[in-house]
Amino acid sequence: MTSLYSGLIDGVLTGAVYALMAAGLTLIFGVMDIINIAQGVFVVLAAYLSYVLAAHFGVDLFVGILITMPALFILGIAVDWAFIRRLPARDRTTMSILVTYAVAIIVEGVLTIIFGVNYVQLHGWYVTKSIHLLGFYLPYIYIFGFGMAAFLMGVIYLLLYRTRFGRSIRASLQNRQAARLVGINVDRVATLTFGIGVAVTAAGGMVFGATTAFNPNSGYDLISRLLAIVILGGLGSMAGAMVAAISMLMVEDVVSSVWSPLWSEVVFFAALVVVLTLRPKGLFGRSFSRAQ
Amino acid sequence: MSRRGLIKPGLIALALLALGLFPFVFSNPTYTTIAVFTLIYMTATTAWNGFAGYSGYIPLGHAAFFGTGAYTFAVIAQHDHLGAGYGLFGLIPVCGLVAGLVALPVGLVALRTRRHTFVVITIAIFFLFQLVATNLGITGGSSGLQVVSPNWPGATFNDPFYFVALGLLILAVAASWTIRWSRFGLQLLAIRDDEARARGLGVRVGRVKLTAFVISAIPIGMVGAVYAYFVGQVFPQFVFDPLFDVSIALMAFFGGLGTVWGPLLGALLLEPLQQYLTLSYSVGDLYLIIYGVIFLGVILLLPLGIVPSVSDWIGRRRSRQERASPPAPAGGDGDARAGFLPHPEPDT
Amino acid sequence: MTALIEVEGICKAYGGLQALNLCSLTVESGTVAGLIGPNGSGKTTLFNVMTGYEQVRQGSVRFKGNPITNFTPDRVFKLGIGRTFQLTRIFPRLTTMENMLIATQHREGWLGSVFRTAASLGPERERAMELLEFMGIDGLATQPAGNLSYGQRKLLELAYVLVADPDVLLLDEPAGGVNPSLINHLAERIQELNRQGKTFLVVEHNMEFVMGICDSLTVMHQGAAIVTGSPAEVRAHPMVLDAYLGGADEDRND
Repeated sequence: MTSLYSGLIDGVLTGAVYALMAAGLTLIFGVMDIINIAQGVFVVLAAYLSYVLAAHFGVDLFVGILITMPALFILGIAVDWAFIRRLPARDRTTMSILVTYAVAIIVEGVLTIIFGVNYVQLHGWYVTKSIHLLGFYLPYIYIFGFGMAAFLMGVIYLLLYRTRFGRSIRASLQNRQAARLVGINVDRVATLTFGIGVAVTAAGGMVFGATTAFNPNSGYDLISRLLAIVILGGLGSMAGAMVAAISMLMVEDVVSSVWSPLWSEVVFFAALVVVLTLRPKGLFGRSFSRAQ
Repeated sequence: MSRRGLIKPGLIALALLALGLFPFVFSNPTYTTIAVFTLIYMTATTAWNGFAGYSGYIPLGHAAFFGTGAYTFAVIAQHDHLGAGYGLFGLIPVCGLVAGLVALPVGLVALRTRRHTFVVITIAIFFLFQLVATNLGITGGSSGLQVVSPNWPGATFNDPFYFVALGLLILAVAASWTIRWSRFGLQLLAIRDDEARARGLGVRVGRVKLTAFVISAIPIGMVGAVYAYFVGQVFPQFVFDPLFDVSIALMAFFGGLGTVWGPLLGALLLEPLQQYLTLSYSVGDLYLIIYGVIFLGVILLLPLGIVPSVSDWIGRRRSRQERASPPAPAGGDGDARAGFLPHPEPDT
Repeated sequence: MTALIEVEGICKAYGGLQALNLCSLTVESGTVAGLIGPNGSGKTTLFNVMTGYEQVRQGSVRFKGNPITNFTPDRVFKLGIGRTFQLTRIFPRLTTMENMLIATQHREGWLGSVFRTAASLGPERERAMELLEFMGIDGLATQPAGNLSYGQRKLLELAYVLVADPDVLLLDEPAGGVNPSLINHLAERIQELNRQGKTFLVVEHNMEFVMGICDSLTVMHQGAAIVTGSPAEVRAHPMVLDAYLGGADEDRND
């Protein structure tokens, strides 16, 4: 029974962190029709940035996010300006997959050159100290990570629903042409959205790096999970991404604790395949017929 | 028409001759090794293009079929204690068939989704394959499988593999060409341009896509088997390698997605480069970066690829020379035109 | 004259918007019927419903007396109802001839088509060529359809819909955006096809075009058909003027 509880709680806590990163990915798609394959490697990049800040400058991981988040925001804007804006108009979404894949392998190459292929992990008192709960030990980092993810998702919600900028984002999400007509600078909204979508990987990357050993190659596993989550929840749906993230992580962690860690990942992807067979649009899939 | 009509078959004959003589002229095993890998990639890219280029759906998970072919070969060779030798090449069609059978359920699931979701789900399914291969006992887990190696003399060891790979390439190109100019190919191309309209006109869209998908998996399974036999061992991370898909996609785009000869050209130019980069000490670490940069360059600067751009250019020169009559369609690969209106895609 | 297509009581809503409101329409066999009305009156939606591109839960569509409500587009096509689109839907990367050949696919099983080369399509090619000649674009047969001008594409779309030899053709704004000389050519071709026995239902904004070729006109307004009659009757009908120009009260509420 303990393993079941630990699996469930692990799932919810890590699920929230994945939900944050997936929300960024799905937001980018919703506003720009772009699928950012580089999201996974950006998480790894963020983890390495946190690592450098902690190891070389003694900056606490959570404090470091104040630096890594703006840094990744700027990176996102740079990538959008340099590559996404120059995408050919036809088959834009498919092209974006290829372009961001290329960016991803470039970043992976750079990280490999700088850091090598050895696994590292982030350290902090909350990584090793744990709280005793329901018969098992839960490292504080999970709880703090959950808290931070929930906080950031709340911030995003407020941004989307309580600010003028957020309204511009939602308008562009629904009908780009109409948004332009009412004076919204759709391209700028898009760029800023891309920046935000990438910036959230800073937070996710830190928690990821603190809970898992990683190297530059870890991006593939991450992006395949994030993509599975986003598609399961329905491309473009933030609520869907959150529900899917928490559900899938819960399922995976329970399977891992109760049955076998080896097969838990398989279950993750198998679940995606099953859901898509029954419901090709995902759980909260939006209708794609938007006027452009 | 007669003089122009002879150029293409003439070039093909010349190319075949050159390819046939290659291992005897450049008999250094280093070169023939690179040649074998190049042929493998040329075949894989052509097969992939047979689906992706003609239908417009871009799968990035075909490495799953490469690995399936490789593992099928390794498993059968091991378990049936078959002796190494020429006879073992006979397993290759079997491996192709297995890959095709495996592609059937994969296609059934993946093709139900829209184009961009399709790309992503093929990636997810591919990772599923990789995970299963790494964890399953019969596939040797993460330590992979050994394959018996024939006792051929070192100097000419590569040659049989070279000719088998060449044979597979010829088959793949013949298949690609046949499909391109058949009714079936016409349906695929219509799907690429306007799937909903094609369906409305009675094209059996689902079956056509699935058929093309399965057909594209077979040569990839076969070259996976060749790889397994050639290299002598099968590791999950090498035969289920995400970079395989990135590579063949890049090669196809580079040469010209949707044309018959483009993928060949792309693989012919890029695979030796890839081999050089991975083998070369000094640039080994830069390999990923260089690849990524080339990919970016191709997508952003030359999205149509070499073959269509070149035939476009030739077509325009010809039309300047023949002022009165309309420009002749580019020889066989009339996909040169770009710049048409995007069609509206209602959600049906 | 028999009714070829009968539409009765169709209702279609998108969220809060009632696009079709108990819409009824009859197309008599052998006529050229026109469907006009202000923007947003539901003309294209009605076409979509009739040809299976939209589903409805209320109302019926009958063809030659048989119900075809909610049939899929390809089934509707096979029954003999052809349809063109406002924004022409042709296959831009295929040649004009290949566009025509796609329309003959429905007669063939998909497996056999792998082995049938495009070259073996003698009879289909001949028929396709005839139709291209009829529309006047046979010279463009080997051009990628993407190279055709807007007006030429409209002619192509009409041509390939004709390949299946449909009994009735639904044309959605065939003259929209086409230059005047081609419009006349188009009108003349439609009349010729009508003489050969084909029925037409044409949605158009171009009044000259419509008044010139149509035997009867139906006016739609806010999702329903409000008036049907000969062009002369409709032109003078007070309800029609009301619909197009809007009553004084309505303007103030806009």
